[in-house]
Amino acid sequence: MNIKQAFSLAMKSLAASKMRSFLTMLGIIIGVAAVIVIVSMVNGMTQDVLNEFENLGATTITVTVRGRGGNRSVSIDDMQNLVDDNPEYLESMTPNIMVPGMTAKNGSTNVDVSSCVGVNENYVPIKGLTIEQGRGIEYMDCEARLRNCVIGSYVAQELYGYTEAVGQEIKLNGQSYQVVGVLEEKADSAEGSADDIVIVPYTMASRLSKSFTMGSYTFNAAGKEVADKAQELIDGYLLGVFSNTNAYSVSNMASMIDTINELTDTLSLVLAGVAGVSLLVGGIGIMNIMLVSVTERTREIGIRKSLGATPWDIMSQFVVEAITTSCLGGVMGILLGIAGSYAVTLLDMTIALSVPAMLISFTISAAIGIAFGYFPAKKAAKLNPIEALRYD
Amino acid sequence: MIELKNVYKIYSDGDSEIRALDGVSLHVSRGEFVCIVGSSGSGKSTCMNIIGCLDIPTSGEYHLNGTDVSTMSEKELAHVRNRELGFVFQQYNLIPKLTVKENVELPLLYKGLKPQERSALAQKALERVGLGDRGKKYPAQLSGGQQQRVSIARALAGNPPVILADEPTGALDSKTGREVLEFLKQLNREGTTVVLITHDNAIASEINRVVRIHDGKIISDETREVVQ
Repeated sequence: MNIKQAFSLAMKSLAASKMRSFLTMLGIIIGVAAVIVIVSMVNGMTQDVLNEFENLGATTITVTVRGRGGNRSVSIDDMQNLVDDNPEYLESMTPNIMVPGMTAKNGSTNVDVSSCVGVNENYVPIKGLTIEQGRGIEYMDCEARLRNCVIGSYVAQELYGYTEAVGQEIKLNGQSYQVVGVLEEKADSAEGSADDIVIVPYTMASRLSKSFTMGSYTFNAAGKEVADKAQELIDGYLLGVFSNTNAYSVSNMASMIDTINELTDTLSLVLAGVAGVSLLVGGIGIMNIMLVSVTERTREIGIRKSLGATPWDIMSQFVVEAITTSCLGGVMGILLGIAGSYAVTLLDMTIALSVPAMLISFTISAAIGIAFGYFPAKKAAKLNPIEALRYD
Repeated sequence: MIELKNVYKIYSDGDSEIRALDGVSLHVSRGEFVCIVGSSGSGKSTCMNIIGCLDIPTSGEYHLNGTDVSTMSEKELAHVRNRELGFVFQQYNLIPKLTVKENVELPLLYKGLKPQERSALAQKALERVGLGDRGKKYPAQLSGGQQQRVSIARALAGNPPVILADEPTGALDSKTGREVLEFLKQLNREGTTVVLITHDNAIASEINRVVRIHDGKIISDETREVVQ
């Protein structure tokens, strides 16, 4: 008896009890579908996050200078010169001077601003921000040390409600400033979010600070391709100044993207592993039903043996039946998984179907058929034909 | 054709042993019609199982068509059953979820024949038992007599030299039982060796060679002339 015959026999016996066959497959169907939905959701999430980072700019390089005491230090002008000297690698840069613990006030209304940064005119484009009203920080604001500021939508809403914020006076740590622009809402104007921000000219940042200011710089590389080169350039320059890598750190988005990829890979592996357990449970379900089926068909096995079926014939019949069950379950699971993934998009989630996940889960379900069909098939093949014929 | 030499089949049950066959020697020539008669527990079923290559003797020799089958492996026994023997059982033993024709094709399937050959041979066998038009039916849709004829067709399909019938009329009323018996006789006239096992002396009286078995031993082996 060849495989084709064994297959048609298996199909016949599956078709003879459709409901049972379907229930047997259900474990595999759910397992495979779960793997596919989970992997495509995690993939979609990864893509979302990566796109977000791409928007921020894969060309963004962040430099933090901690210094190492003494007179070795870099000034903002040094950094600007670095950009001006290397136009093929670097496009622009902005200082990023954090002013901690800042309070903004309009009349009697107070807001504790979660982040206040002193920056130059390149900050808004490098960070990919959009001005909703008014303008951003300009070159002149920094040069002439103007008391102008741009505020986030949360701060604008808290201090000015629905009245126009641009042109209004604002008290930052008690000093009087003028609002020249409002940023477009990015995060539902929630407290502590990206909208809870005040941007001032970097030349004014140290005056606003009650205590220590932490200096960092954000560079924009001339292109994605040269981002790594640009990072090396900055790294080399700073090493020249400080001759100690602990005094500063340079990181670019590309390396952050790598980190994110590693994280989500682990996540999808863990989740797929959980779904894989349900595949295993499905396999045990197949074994269970196959054992019942061997018992039920003891007489049939006896008849087949009396007509000249060898142990191998009987065994291949049952193994092929188990494989057919699990593979059919696998195919249905893939279809259900694809449908399920698209259903998830209705919940406003991004998905990315993974063909390798489909192939792997199908292969696993076929392997489960072999592994869990073998034992019942062996049992069937070993039946004594005389006892099997006598069985009722 | 069938040659049993001093065959023992002993079942050990703890410390007591049951001698289902206690030194049986039997010779059946090609073209004979032999009836093995015995009451239940006499050992006739064990004898049938050994002749049918469903079981192997504890000791002794069994030659079928000149080859010693008493030491064969399960796989070899399966091949012998497939090529040398056709079974007819008391309960017909048709597979209910296969059609009549698929049932008849089964031994041919295990013989490794191609679908067209199988179909042609099965159809021929069904026509021989007068059920050529019932191939697409399921066993449960046929009467008992018809089902038994299907099982005879299945036994015939591979054209084996020996047909073994174990109480073939046991589940049938006397009229259809007679038809089946007549059919086996006709097969024998056409050259097939038939071994029929029964407890029914009325059937035995119609067969010209009767072997009586009791307590695992052959107590008589008579050949007489009856009109077959």
